[in-house]
Amino acid sequence: MLLREVEYVRPATVEEAVSLLGSYEGARALAGGQTLVNVMKARAAAPDVLVDLADLEELRAIGFSADGLLEIGAMVTYAQLVGSSEVEVARPILAEVAATIADVQVRNRGTVGGNVCVADPTNHLPPLLLALDATFTIRGPESERTVSADEFFVGVYMTAVSEGELLTKVSVPPSSGAGDGFAGLTIGKHGTYVANAAATVSDEGGVRIALGCVDAVPVRASAMEERLAGGDLSAEAVAAAAEGLGASLDPPSDAHGSGDFRRHLAEVSAVRAVLQAASRRKAA
Amino acid sequence: MATPASSHGVSVEVNGEQIELEVPARRLLVHFLRDDLGLTGTHVGCDTGNCGACTVHLNGEPVKSCMLLAVQADGARITTIEGLAADGELTLLQRSFNEHHALQCGYCTPGMLMSATALLERTPRPSEEDVRLALQGNICRCTGYVNIVEAVVAVGGGA
Repeated sequence: MLLREVEYVRPATVEEAVSLLGSYEGARALAGGQTLVNVMKARAAAPDVLVDLADLEELRAIGFSADGLLEIGAMVTYAQLVGSSEVEVARPILAEVAATIADVQVRNRGTVGGNVCVADPTNHLPPLLLALDATFTIRGPESERTVSADEFFVGVYMTAVSEGELLTKVSVPPSSGAGDGFAGLTIGKHGTYVANAAATVSDEGGVRIALGCVDAVPVRASAMEERLAGGDLSAEAVAAAAEGLGASLDPPSDAHGSGDFRRHLAEVSAVRAVLQAASRRKAA
Repeated sequence: MATPASSHGVSVEVNGEQIELEVPARRLLVHFLRDDLGLTGTHVGCDTGNCGACTVHLNGEPVKSCMLLAVQADGARITTIEGLAADGELTLLQRSFNEHHALQCGYCTPGMLMSATALLERTPRPSEEDVRLALQGNICRCTGYVNIVEAVVAVGGGA
């Protein structure tokens, strides 16, 4: 397909990338292109300048910060997450979920930064990263700032990354004995989610639950979390805690499911994610 | 600071041959391969990134060449379906597709072969499940996949 005319540039450093993004009107960062190239074909996006992040090696790294956080560069691909020994040791749920995104070809190109910056409400990583209490590092022309998942996801296709800024990495606390779970309903195996839920259960942090596909941004199931704070994570207790969760939501209706169906799916997914997380928690 | 431009010199190795060409930034890799290089074995199926008919290897890994700009491939090593049969000798996988009647219309076949070739390089003796997962990004409207999966599994020595 013939794309609209576009200019392209491949900076050598993060500073140069940020400077380019800030210098040209209509400039947009190009990561793996597994969403952006397609929306450009459909003319749903029409950037004037593509700033390709391909050569920014520091954005391709997975490592640990001085205080032990798992740091994932924005240009890390899903395939890299799946094969990373650091991820396997620190937070294996990330690899487990990444392995179910689309197909082999997309996982070889698609990136963590692209997944969260597109901020499609049906994407896999936003609810997972909210449940895991991840933080997002954004580089601007003057300085760098770090925001929580709550602040990062602003709306449908909107994040805290402003014009002239670049997401450089996502930091995730290591599990340290916590159990993580992810559940939902997809259209076909490894397809787009109709609804999903991510959960983490730990001794210190209690239960954190985040729902995807039910609002513009991933949503914490706070009432359910509070009901589970007592520590009883039996199947009966978790199911009881989820009662009323669906009614508290106002999810959209579309060809894949009505709002009512998504309310139901949100409850079922939350229960399954919490039970999976509880079963994986390591005894203190 | 580098300057954005609507046309770039691209240097790629395609099927072992070094290619240098000036291309518009908006040109998709699949059109670069088909229209600029005449390698029409890589097919355009859906042009939306779903069907996988345009699958090629980029630095050894399968990718969909309709979801990549040619300029993004600058500096890369690309293998297309034309690069599989060295000196006209079909690979084991290509022969297995023939023997197992793993194609009907053949439109998806180049992409199937590229994805399955990548699988066999990583996993020389794949199970049926391995093959089905590896071919998840390749859609076939004719065969129902059964013979395709059998052809790939057979190369690894499976039933």
